[in-house]
Amino acid sequence: MLLLLILFPLAMAGLAMLLPWYQGRSWLLPISGGLHLLLSALCVTESGAVLGIWIGLDALSKLVLIVISLLYFGCAIYAVGYLNLRRDRGNKAIVPYLLVFLSTMTLAISARHFGLLWVAVEATTIASAPLIYYNCNRLSIEATWKYLLLCSVGIALAMLGILFIAYAALVGGAVPVNLHIDSLLSGATNLSRPWLHAGFVFLLVGFGTKMGLAPLHTWKPDAYGEAPGMVGALLAGGLTSVAFLAILRVMQLMSAAGDGAMARQALLGMGLLSLLIAAIFMVRQPDIKRLLAYSSVEHMGILAIGVGIGGLATFGAMLHLVNNALTKGCLFLSAGNIQRGYDSKQLSKVHGAIATLPISGSLFLAGFLAIAGSPPFGLFISEFTILRGIFGSGQIWVGLLMLALLAMIFIGMGATVLSATQGGPVKVDNQFKDSFLLVVSPIMFLFLVLMLGVYLPESLQTALREAAELLEVHP
Amino acid sequence: MANLLLITVILINFFTLGSARLVACIRAVAVQGALLSLLPLVAHGMSGHALILGTGALIFKGILIPWLLLRAIREARIRREVEPYIGFVATLVLGALVTAGAFIFADFLPLAQEHHEGLFVPAALATMFSGFLLLITRRKAITQVLGYLMLENGIFIFSVLLSVAIPLMVEAGILLDLLVSVFVMGIVLNQINREFSTLNTERLTALKE
Repeated sequence: MLLLLILFPLAMAGLAMLLPWYQGRSWLLPISGGLHLLLSALCVTESGAVLGIWIGLDALSKLVLIVISLLYFGCAIYAVGYLNLRRDRGNKAIVPYLLVFLSTMTLAISARHFGLLWVAVEATTIASAPLIYYNCNRLSIEATWKYLLLCSVGIALAMLGILFIAYAALVGGAVPVNLHIDSLLSGATNLSRPWLHAGFVFLLVGFGTKMGLAPLHTWKPDAYGEAPGMVGALLAGGLTSVAFLAILRVMQLMSAAGDGAMARQALLGMGLLSLLIAAIFMVRQPDIKRLLAYSSVEHMGILAIGVGIGGLATFGAMLHLVNNALTKGCLFLSAGNIQRGYDSKQLSKVHGAIATLPISGSLFLAGFLAIAGSPPFGLFISEFTILRGIFGSGQIWVGLLMLALLAMIFIGMGATVLSATQGGPVKVDNQFKDSFLLVVSPIMFLFLVLMLGVYLPESLQTALREAAELLEVHP
Repeated sequence: MANLLLITVILINFFTLGSARLVACIRAVAVQGALLSLLPLVAHGMSGHALILGTGALIFKGILIPWLLLRAIREARIRREVEPYIGFVATLVLGALVTAGAFIFADFLPLAQEHHEGLFVPAALATMFSGFLLLITRRKAITQVLGYLMLENGIFIFSVLLSVAIPLMVEAGILLDLLVSVFVMGIVLNQINREFSTLNTERLTALKE
């Protein structure tokens, strides 16, 4: 079943390339997205971990899989409306690439072998580069080039890290040496320390580039800023979660080897730095999509801090991953609508969005409140849990620093979002209006985030706890 | 025999760092890839795994990727790397320093017993560092792709040490990913050239805070 989940989007991509009918091609996206969501739900609800040698799902990957699938389905519905507006650019290329992207992300989530994980993550980079380039202008070329080069080099370093870990097993005397996650985990205490540590650093740098942790985030504002809104949503909510999962695999290995403390410190440091960088660049940010990109850097930082602290905060980070993905979906899609409506994403042109585009403007404002962690949205609960974990573990200064930075980010982001949404209506000379297909997905995402803030179902709590427990292995 | 190959690979690093002619640089990296495809055979003898890995590396690293790049520069009509950020002599000196550093550093690493004699680890590190130098110091987008390829070549040297640990299927996936990413980079190169009428990356600075 899992294999089907990985392969059928590829078949759909092939079909999309052959289909000579514009609407039909667009509709292939929600059909595949819906099918993927259905199959993922079936895979996820199967009790217990289904672990093959090569691919399989444990509690962590189940969590990420269902989140990605949900996000993708929403973005696919939006895509039908969006591609209708973009007949000038066409959908002959973007639909197959979007489907291949889905397949590679699923493969990366379910990989149980570090080599396969690497191949899949690199494939996501390749499949998403044409998506960023969709607008075909000077700015999108620049963004694509930076994305492709930085992420490829980053992923190459991750490859070196994987090889170092294999060498750690070789020097540690493992026979036979292989890179299956399960056999590495069970033999983790025998790994040679210097090689394991070097491998960890390279893997953190490599997958950290892909995830966009500071100081490796420099491609992010450019790529998210120039990509279409739905691609931004898929990258910021989906791909970053996949990269985070790859980092979590490394964390699992490090804690199984008894070096969890060192790995946590590194992650904590990068997380705090990400918050700081995001806070600095979000104040007086004149571009709403770049603002969202820095918000993504911020939330990757929060995830890293959560896992870096451990214990209760890890549980909070798992919940935060779900919340962040859904809220980013809402924000990027509504920002995409605003950009279409105004033909611009600069604050100099965009103001009075609520009066001009009532639904998209309100969604953008509500999405901002959600992402900034205001109650009653889900992010309030997850950030609060992480902070409780931090103070509970006695790291008062880390907690205070995080609170101060979050406040700064709230003010900085608030200033930009409020001046974009408030004010009288603006006369724009294009025909863009909120339509059903363009607003239904962001509304659904926002509703889900609201639900998560009000009520956390028992089954989800168990799933989150199981995922967090995988990271708390002690040798 | 393996050490002889690796020393040639290091010499090619220096040649690429010091040469201004792009065609020569691409050919040098192609030769480097072709030499590296012999490495699995030399290191592990004639086994099926080594044979397939070597052939794959030869086809991808030695033939297909260089051909793609040569085509890209023919279409863009560029010949020379002009005005690198750091001069050619200075890059060569830096290259010598990082190579020496790689040899010293490799001495400190706890290698497995059977790898003490070989030059695998220092050569891998030196090639990676040289690739990085190429990435950082050159303006032309195409030289940056070459730097990325050289970085991958360095990683390939290290992976030969471990080819028992990495199954053939994954190895094939890695090579294929490399080919496709260079292919996509080639397409983007073409677009850069069409849009900006140059392949210099300093034009790519519109996006900033």
